[in-house]
Amino acid sequence: MTETIGELVAEHPLFSGLPADVAELVGGCSKNVAIAAGQLVLEEGEPARTLYLLRRGHVALEVHQPGRAPLVVERIGPGQAVGWSWMFPPYRWHFDVRALEPIGAIAVDAECLRTKADADPAFGYLLLQRLCAVMLDRLQATRLRLLDVYGRDVAR
Amino acid sequence: MGAMSLAELEPVAHPLVPATYRVVARRVETDDITTLSIEPTSGSDPPFRPGQFNMLTAFGVGEVAISISSAPDTPGPMEHTIRDVGAVTHALCRVQVGSILGVRGPFGTDWGVDELDDADVVVVAGGIGLAPLRGAISYLVDKPGRRGRVYVLAGARSPDQVTFAEDLERWRRDGADVELTVDVAPPEWRGPVGVVTGLLPAASFDPPRTVALVCGPEIMMRFTIRSLVDLGVRPGSIRVSLERNMQCGVGWCGHCQLGPLLLCRDGPVIAYSEPLARLMSVREL
Repeated sequence: MTETIGELVAEHPLFSGLPADVAELVGGCSKNVAIAAGQLVLEEGEPARTLYLLRRGHVALEVHQPGRAPLVVERIGPGQAVGWSWMFPPYRWHFDVRALEPIGAIAVDAECLRTKADADPAFGYLLLQRLCAVMLDRLQATRLRLLDVYGRDVAR
Repeated sequence: MGAMSLAELEPVAHPLVPATYRVVARRVETDDITTLSIEPTSGSDPPFRPGQFNMLTAFGVGEVAISISSAPDTPGPMEHTIRDVGAVTHALCRVQVGSILGVRGPFGTDWGVDELDDADVVVVAGGIGLAPLRGAISYLVDKPGRRGRVYVLAGARSPDQVTFAEDLERWRRDGADVELTVDVAPPEWRGPVGVVTGLLPAASFDPPRTVALVCGPEIMMRFTIRSLVDLGVRPGSIRVSLERNMQCGVGWCGHCQLGPLLLCRDGPVIAYSEPLARLMSVREL
């Protein structure tokens, strides 16, 4: 049986457990996408218009540097989400994101999502709660890495 | 019973007197980590258990506590994996094959892997913290008839700082779930990038029947313990390896005291508990 896009949204860990009508609201802004391995999904400096809910495959968050290979700072995979810069002005991506393998994802139109959140603050609050929880996890993980715990000064 | 002459008496090893060992092999793991294989100049290795440590002496420089990184049942010489962080470890990392070292030990508690036949075991290691766990993992992976699964989650700074890459591959081949994450990577790296705690949610162990063995920088261990408990692992089922200023190795000198514990004797491997949580949170000792 084919699932609706709202059902697929509800199955994604970012939105699991939310009332069906909330998932349908997100689903109304969403579509299924397939991205080829190696393709640049998001590009630093470009307008941030999409939240990606990954269902299959991994992507790499990259920082490019002139004349040298890019550095991978995070790998994100199935069940996770990528792309936050659409939430706040100036709505431009801060990093490159590249598909490491064929990707199956739900692409959520950010402007549509913001419009619905503005119109329905209760929905907007639920949305922010879910997004902020993930952002907090990423922030804490980033802080831990900032400590460079495997480095010479703090290693055992 | 007749009297024995002095010449007939077996020498008794004193715990503060090092035995002499010869370096029989030397393997450079990374730019600052070296593994030394050593054999006693006379007699055989004393028995040891995974997780225990020896005091290694670089003669003329000093002595330092180093975990044994080989498995007890593995044929071949005993191994120690050393990170060059100070004068003694610098000297040890530079010794050549054929050199003589002093060795006292083995000392301290072990991972207790022989009690874990039925449990799922999740091993979380950061950086050189994989060294004291290497013997335990090999034991768990190689033991015939073990029923629990083994998960090895390792973190390193970057791919070129990964230690024991061949062991990680072998453990994976022999049935363990092995994941390796790095803090930052070149584009050709296809594995996880991020902190080692980020590997925990995707590992499919059953938290209530899981025993966790954790070793690495203390900050990493604190965050790992928090994540394990949040996932439902019982605090008493988490074992950590702690290190302080080990000197005598036998609980006499008190240099390695952590609250009521003398880590050279009561550690380095300790079950996590509320009192230990408080001690690990002490800001100044």
